[in-house]
Amino acid sequence: MTLSSVSEHEVTSNRYLRGKYSICGVGETTYRRGSTESTRSLATWAISNAMKDAGMDSGDIDGMLSYSGNDSTFAPWVAGDLGIRLNFYMDVHGGGSSTEALIGIAMGVIEAGMCKTVAIYRAMNGYSAVRIGGTGARSAAPILGDQIHHRAYGWQSAGQMFAPTFLRHMYDYGTTPEQVAAVKVAHSKHASNNPKAFYKQRYTIEDVVSSRIICKPLHLLDCCVETDNATCIIVTRTERARDCPNPPAVIQSVVGRCCKPRADMHYQHGPISTVAGHYAKDILWSNAGLGPEDIDVTGSYDAFTFTTMLQLEDYGFCKKGEGGEYVSDGTIELGGRRPNNTSGGHLCEGYTHGMNMVIENTRQLRGNVDDSCPINEDGVREHTYNYEEGGCRQVKNVEVTANLGWAMPGTGSAMVMAKDHK
Amino acid sequence: MPIQGDYMGMMLTIEDLDQENRDFFKYCSKKEFRLQRGKKSGLLRYPPTTACPWTGDRESEWVPVEGRGTVHSYVEVHHPIQPAFKDKVPYMIILADLDMQKGQPTEHEALRVAGNLMTEDGEFVSAETIKTVGIGTRVKLLYVDVTDEFALPHWTIDKEAEQPQKPWRYPEE
Repeated sequence: MTLSSVSEHEVTSNRYLRGKYSICGVGETTYRRGSTESTRSLATWAISNAMKDAGMDSGDIDGMLSYSGNDSTFAPWVAGDLGIRLNFYMDVHGGGSSTEALIGIAMGVIEAGMCKTVAIYRAMNGYSAVRIGGTGARSAAPILGDQIHHRAYGWQSAGQMFAPTFLRHMYDYGTTPEQVAAVKVAHSKHASNNPKAFYKQRYTIEDVVSSRIICKPLHLLDCCVETDNATCIIVTRTERARDCPNPPAVIQSVVGRCCKPRADMHYQHGPISTVAGHYAKDILWSNAGLGPEDIDVTGSYDAFTFTTMLQLEDYGFCKKGEGGEYVSDGTIELGGRRPNNTSGGHLCEGYTHGMNMVIENTRQLRGNVDDSCPINEDGVREHTYNYEEGGCRQVKNVEVTANLGWAMPGTGSAMVMAKDHK
Repeated sequence: MPIQGDYMGMMLTIEDLDQENRDFFKYCSKKEFRLQRGKKSGLLRYPPTTACPWTGDRESEWVPVEGRGTVHSYVEVHHPIQPAFKDKVPYMIILADLDMQKGQPTEHEALRVAGNLMTEDGEFVSAETIKTVGIGTRVKLLYVDVTDEFALPHWTIDKEAEQPQKPWRYPEE
């Protein structure tokens, strides 16, 4: 799809709230393994950082949204700690694909007049408490009713649940392990220029395909990292966001938890090598009045190397079946045509169920990612655009970004953001 | 009383009110693979649901289905996550298209039934046997008892069927 092929392309219109809402503040804790505090404490830490970033105090925030899988602290406790009186809050069950969905909910409740500014957070001890990879308490929990159809077969962790899709994509289109490994190579390159990243080491294709098999086709290095951290994104009206210290990241369109048919057991409805992005793209691009060709930076969820590839393909960044080629021809690396997950994402920076990829794209749109480039006398970072190890990760002239969130092959969320031109 | 049983050290429970799963697994314990058929659509569905995914019709009947099919995709686990599977690796989860209703009601739909790859005696297969199975392998269902009123369906290689020369396997071996 190209810009000209999208009907009703009118970026100044208010269609579907296009341009009316923005991200005005982002913040996070450190990304680490070996937490020394509760999710409640992590949440207040990340939200404080995001409020500082937005130039807001507790009186400016009156809405709160969080998501978790029974592994976090609910909004009333977190808001209370920070002296925030809530006009709206909601704690939602879920993991990946929640970030963009909750941003859409935040826009909706502000539009409904229920509150003015919403802080969205995800706080998790994903390594030290409830492990995201599924080992520990989660894997030993009693198995009830509907869960018997998968958990009793040792079909439980994310990698195990998604593997039939990944293998079938290889079968249907000839996608190779080496092509997909290029996602890890790119994201590790990006992470090496991100002082916050948990894994800063650069990897090669050979490193990935020679690491041990977890479950086919996933090698250890095809899988994301488990970390302890919290992250926060603040959403408000674009008009209000313009008063904040940083330029707004203006939301053009959002899709939330869009599903393939049979969300209860998506494998019943093929092709199983096609993911929810196939359906979500029709909402994402037409509501934004933009298409894949207009996007400068992508944030395609990398729970695994394969999830990044599958989504870029089904959202139309390349032809169906050519995802392996797209992720391995240099396009998604810093210095390439359209870098993906410039922070290192879930494979390298830290695991946040999608939040850090939206935070990164917000900073890319501001033109001030926190890399290792020198800071001048006025306190402004001077980006070198040299992407050698330990250097820059700011992309030049970022105008439009896309986030592609993933819950599982059958469910995804997405968002397009643009630079403010007022 | 809920139906409850220990399977490989995992406690499996079907609550009283979960009629759909209760019926499904009870038939399995009689070595019958039965699926719900929607009254209006006449279509079978898997796994058990409370209404017909194509019509929303809540009326259905359990009908016997031949448990034969073809591997559509699979999972081959080398690093165990659940404690119960620690001494089973490598093990395989088969997602097979039943012959019955394949490609209906639309081209890419099928009754894709999950289960582990087992020997005909209901034991986990060897690593060598795993290497012979891939996309395209013909398989048939068998049942492993959890209690005397509850069994799990699993897959085994269909020795009576004509097998593909070389089923598709993940290339790195």
